[in-house]
This record gives sequence, C-alpha cells and structure tokens, in this order.
Amino acid sequence: MKNFSFRRFFAYLQKERKQIWRDPSTFLIAFVLPLLMIFIFGYGVSLDAENVPLGLLLEDTSPTARSLENAFLGTRYFNVKTSYDRSALEKDLTGGRLRGIVTIPSHFSQNLLRGVPAPLQVLLDGSEPNTAKFVLNYAQGVVSNWNVQQIIERKSSLIPPIAPAPRVWFNEELKSRDVLLPGSIAIIMSLIGTLLTALVVAREWERGTMEAMMSTPIRIHEMLLAKLVPYFLLGLGSMTLCVFLSVTLFEVPFRGSYLVLFLSTSIFLLAALGLGLLISTLTRNQFVASQISILTGFLPAFILSGFIFEINSMPAIIRAITYLLPPRYFVTILQSNFLSGVIWELILPNWLAMFIIASFFLGLAALNTVKRLD
Amino acid sequence: MKNFMEIYFRIKALIIKEILAVWRDKKSRLMLIAPPLIQLIILSHAATLDVNNISLGIHNQDSGWYSHELIQRIKGSPYFRHVYEFKTPKDVQRAIDIQDVIVSLQFQQDFSRRIAAGQPAPLQIVLDGRKSNASQIVMGYLNLILQNFNIDILNYQGVDLPESIDIEFRSFFNPNIDYIYFTVPSLVAILSMLLALTVTALSVSRERENGTFDQLLVSPLQPWQILIGKMTPAMIISLCESTLLMILALVFFDVPFKGSLFLLYSSMIVFLLSIVGIGLFISSISHTQQQSILGTFVFMTPTMLLSGYATPIENMPTWLQPFTNLLPIKYFFIIIKGIFLKNMPASEVFMHTWPMALIALFTLSLAGWMFKKRLE
Repeated sequence: MKNFSFRRFFAYLQKERKQIWRDPSTFLIAFVLPLLMIFIFGYGVSLDAENVPLGLLLEDTSPTARSLENAFLGTRYFNVKTSYDRSALEKDLTGGRLRGIVTIPSHFSQNLLRGVPAPLQVLLDGSEPNTAKFVLNYAQGVVSNWNVQQIIERKSSLIPPIAPAPRVWFNEELKSRDVLLPGSIAIIMSLIGTLLTALVVAREWERGTMEAMMSTPIRIHEMLLAKLVPYFLLGLGSMTLCVFLSVTLFEVPFRGSYLVLFLSTSIFLLAALGLGLLISTLTRNQFVASQISILTGFLPAFILSGFIFEINSMPAIIRAITYLLPPRYFVTILQSNFLSGVIWELILPNWLAMFIIASFFLGLAALNTVKRLD
Repeated sequence: MKNFMEIYFRIKALIIKEILAVWRDKKSRLMLIAPPLIQLIILSHAATLDVNNISLGIHNQDSGWYSHELIQRIKGSPYFRHVYEFKTPKDVQRAIDIQDVIVSLQFQQDFSRRIAAGQPAPLQIVLDGRKSNASQIVMGYLNLILQNFNIDILNYQGVDLPESIDIEFRSFFNPNIDYIYFTVPSLVAILSMLLALTVTALSVSRERENGTFDQLLVSPLQPWQILIGKMTPAMIISLCESTLLMILALVFFDVPFKGSLFLLYSSMIVFLLSIVGIGLFISSISHTQQQSILGTFVFMTPTMLLSGYATPIENMPTWLQPFTNLLPIKYFFIIIKGIFLKNMPASEVFMHTWPMALIALFTLSLAGWMFKKRLE
C-alpha cells in the first residue's frame, strides 16, 4: 500500500460517518431490529413443544384403558381432550384445533389379556409435519413408558436389561433459546454487512456520486476501506448489544472467549461486507441489490446456517451450497463459543473457511470496482 | 360519465408507468422472476425440522453379542447414516466436541455379560446440546430402538411378558408426512408477500428520492387515485408471481391441490391487499429507498418468526400469541395449506379472510391518509 494516504482516507471516512449519522434507518437495522429479534427469540420462538392439543378417543373404558389415558394426561407435552365421539374429534383435527387423535380401540384390555396384539391408532394432521412427527414420537414415548410400567407392576422383580443413561453436554436442559440467541447474531451481522452495505453503495452508483468520487485523487483501496470501516464498527457494536442482552437478560451461558467471539465476528463481517460491496458494484441499483442481498446474505444466514434447521438433514446439493457461504461456519462457532467454550479444533477450520470466502468476496469486489472505473 | 372516464384514464396511465418502472430495467425484471423461483426450490428442501442422516459415534469395550446386535439395529435404522467406532473415550469426546457426531454411545466391558446374567447393563449416551432440537429427536429415535431391543431380549430369555402395545398411525391430508406438502404452500405465501412488500415499499420512496413524487402530487390525481395507481401494479405483479409459484408447486413438487381455485385467489387478493397496505405505509414514511427496504425488513423478520412457519404458534408463551393475530400471513398460511391439502370449505376460508380484510382496510386507509397529509 505505497499510495495509501491517511488524510484522504480519513476525509472519506468522515463523509461516510456523517451519512450514517444522518439516516435513522441505519440505526433501525443495527440496533432496533436486533433488539426486536433478541426479544422474539428470547421470549417467543421456541422449538420446545409443550401442551400440544391432543384428542384421546376412548372406545374402551376398562381400568387398563383408563390407566393409559392417565399416562397421556400426566405428560406436559400434551394437552389431552378425552372424548367418546370420533366425529367430533376428527372435526377438531381437520379444523386445526387438535394436532392428533389417539384412539384406544374397543376390546383393548380384553385383547391385551388374551395376548392378542392391540395396537393403538394415532391420527395425525399431516399439513403440519413438524407437529405431526412430534405427536407421533411423544405418543410412542408415552406408550412405551406405560408398557414398562405395566411390566413392572405385573412382575416387580423384572428390570429392563439395558438402562440408558443419557447425558446432554453443553446444554443440559436442551433449551432451544440458548442455541437460537447466539445463532441470531449471524442473521443480524448478515443484514448489516451485506444488505446495508449493498444498499448504501448501490445508491452511490445509482445517483452517480461514485463516479464523481472516482474523479477525485482518492485511491480505490482507500475508498473501499473507508466504506468498510464504518459498517464494520456498526456490526461490532450491534454484536456487543446482542451478546450483552443474551447473557444478562436471557441468561444464555457464555463459556467461551470474548476474543474468539470478536475475531470470529470480524472475519464474518469481512466476508459479509465483501459480498455487499460486490453486489452493489455489480448491480448499481438498490432494488436489485436488495433482492440479491436477501438471496445470498439474509436467507442463507437464516436457513442454510444450521441456526434453526439441521444442515445434515438437507439434501446433498443443498448441503454442498452451505459450504460455499459463510453463515454455517459462523453459526457453528457462535453456538460452540457460547455453550461449550473454546474448542480450537472446531474454531480454526471454520475461521479458515470464512477467511477464504472473505478474501474471495473482497478481492472480487475490489477488482470489479477498479474495472468499472475505465 | 366523462369525468369517470377521465379518472379511469389517469389511473390507467399511472399504473402503466408504475409497471414500466420495474419492468423496463432488465436486471429488475430478472429480480422479479428468478429469486423467488430459486428460493422456492432451495428453501422447500432446506427449511424443515426433520432430522435424518444422523452421525453416531461408538466406543465399544464389550466384545459380546448384545452390543454388536444393538449397533446393527442402529445401523439398520433409516435415520442413522454414519456410525463411527472410536478406540478411546477421548476420541468419542473429541468427535462430539468438533461436531463430527451428534450422539455417542459407550458400552462397558461387561455389557453383554451383565445382560446375559440378568443384571441391568448401563449404556452411556452423550448428546450434543448445541443442537437442542436435533438432540431431542435423536434421543427419541434411540429410545425406541432400545425399548424394542429390551423387549426382544426379555422374550429371548424366556421371560413371560404381558403383550406390549404398538402404535399404528395414519396421517390425514399428507399420508407420508412429506415436508414438501407443508413447505411449498407456505413458501408460495411467503415469497408472494416478500415481493408485494418490496415492490410497493420502493414505489413511493424511489420517486421521493428522485424528486418525482412532488410532480405526482401537483398532477390532477387525487390522493386516493395515486393510492390505486401504486397498489394495482404491485397486486398484478405479485398475483402473477404467486401463480407462477403455484404452477411450480403442482408440476415440479407434485403437491396435491384439493380445494377451490376461486377461494384461493379471492383470499389471496385480500391477503396481498393487506400486505400492499403495509408496504405503502412503510413507503410513505420513508424518505429514501434505503429506509423503505430496511423498514420492510423490520416488518418481515418478526413476521417470519411469529407467523408459525419456523416454529408453531402454540409453542409461544400465551401473552405473545395474541400479537400473532395482527399478522396477515398467519391467516393466509392456514388458508393456503387448507385449500391445497384439506379442501377447506368456504365458511372456514371466510373465517380466516375477514381479519386480513380488516388489516387491509386499516393499512390502506393509513397509507391514503399519509399521502393526503403530504399533499397539504
């Protein structure tokens, strides 16, 4: 950087700072939206289903059937509505007021006594597959626990041969909030790094002020750097706010290192900013830039990052795409750094991947900006 | 009559101008068509809470039959893709740490011996809590395998067991519990909403940024005529978009369509009107395109999170649930899935349409009022 002039750089930086300061929408996206998201993830959104409305159709009212009914009533996962009227329950299922119906068939206890298989019927609402699978899994859980209970009652000496002793590391109570809040930082950083930057620079192209700037003595790398620095700092400020709220207000454990958090966020922001610059330089139009930012920045952070949806469960092609975008690496580091502490073997490869993507985007952005000057 | 025709031509001219504003530019035109299609294809497969392709780590110190058989059963399950064996407990721990596996099993040396002797054999299971949802589901799968194995062992050992109960399930509307049936109709709603919102949010602020909005205000057009002129193109564009997405849903994704097309389109028009109202309101309070796009995001993100798409509304705390009633897409999710999969009757569709109509009326009047205020 022989030709780097700090005077020019700071002058340009000053201009950018003023521009950000003047427009309240920057703060809307950097501070208000993160607050909103942290509150929604902290209070509202939860993957931990409880009290799912379930209908229980009793065609058999023997004590055995009643005992099974009690097993369903006793679990916090279901909010059970017992009924003897099949059509009323089915109507509630179709109307979305029940998520499933468990039928204890007639002659249930008689069949059990005689050793004839007596399967329970479970009806599910397939239009909500997540809930349907949940109901099926937990109904199976209730029934198999009840089975074991029955065996023990009959033969008190009997013990199940294999005694599973499950332990959950890093998040003993499996609270989804503790996983979602750290992950949401990646979404906010994507918005600031990619969407905001793409819009701001696209506007300069749209209005022609970019060309005007290029006719001044400022060098291209000074200009790019001056564009990056304010949004980089804005991103770090927003990250600090998110971490502070998550840890203090929502008591998400923080077992890792703040330095690792800071460095990871920095590398991710570089990649996001590089993508934002690249988009704006290529599109030079705010509408187009916003659409591409959503497609390549926001949605991958939301959906292709492992933040809510498990990457390993996706089809192979989509799994391959997730490797090309930075959010998956960042979300992995965020969740680990909060919950499990610093695991270098996990952090270093993810840093490297993000670093390569960041250099690629930034290099491409610089290259394209220079070319467009001709 | 003459007056009426005049108004008609004025509004028509404005509508044509608005459509040209987005359609003229080749890149913008591409942006109306390509991203929603790409998003539909990628997101429909990615955005599910289903868990499969699970990786499991094993540290087995037992050389007996029981542990071997259990491992075979796990390998035979459709959910477990990779089963890795590790030599030391430390290796297993490391595999969990670096997320090579999500769950690990540790068999003690005397695992098979204890079972054969009729003593309980502990099995250590470790799950990765950093993936809270997946871990829970994986534990469910494992429990089922273990319980069945337990029963088989007891039967094999000649213990007389009471008949155990199985579960038979049947799924209404979606026999194989196929996630595509859920994600594709939901995404049609989300993507149409996103497009309607961005097109309208930009329509006023773009003019304001370029200074042409003042020209529009001094033209003979009344505020309500400007409103219609801004609304209609966004409606046309997003209705075309959703039609395109639905064709894709039926042809490419094979999602069944059981209900009435007429009901779907009438409720969709109400839904899009409510969204266009929100978009115009955002636009009318923004001074620049940047502000309106970011404003759109401040609306979109909470909407997506609270709409019931990613996580069910029932999981939310009860005090928060009433707020979801303010989101038009909540109702339209119920309608679009209902019409695609359940052949929802007109009465139920209407029940979920009128709240959207109310929201549309409110947001459109608000936007109209904002326009009028500008004029004064």
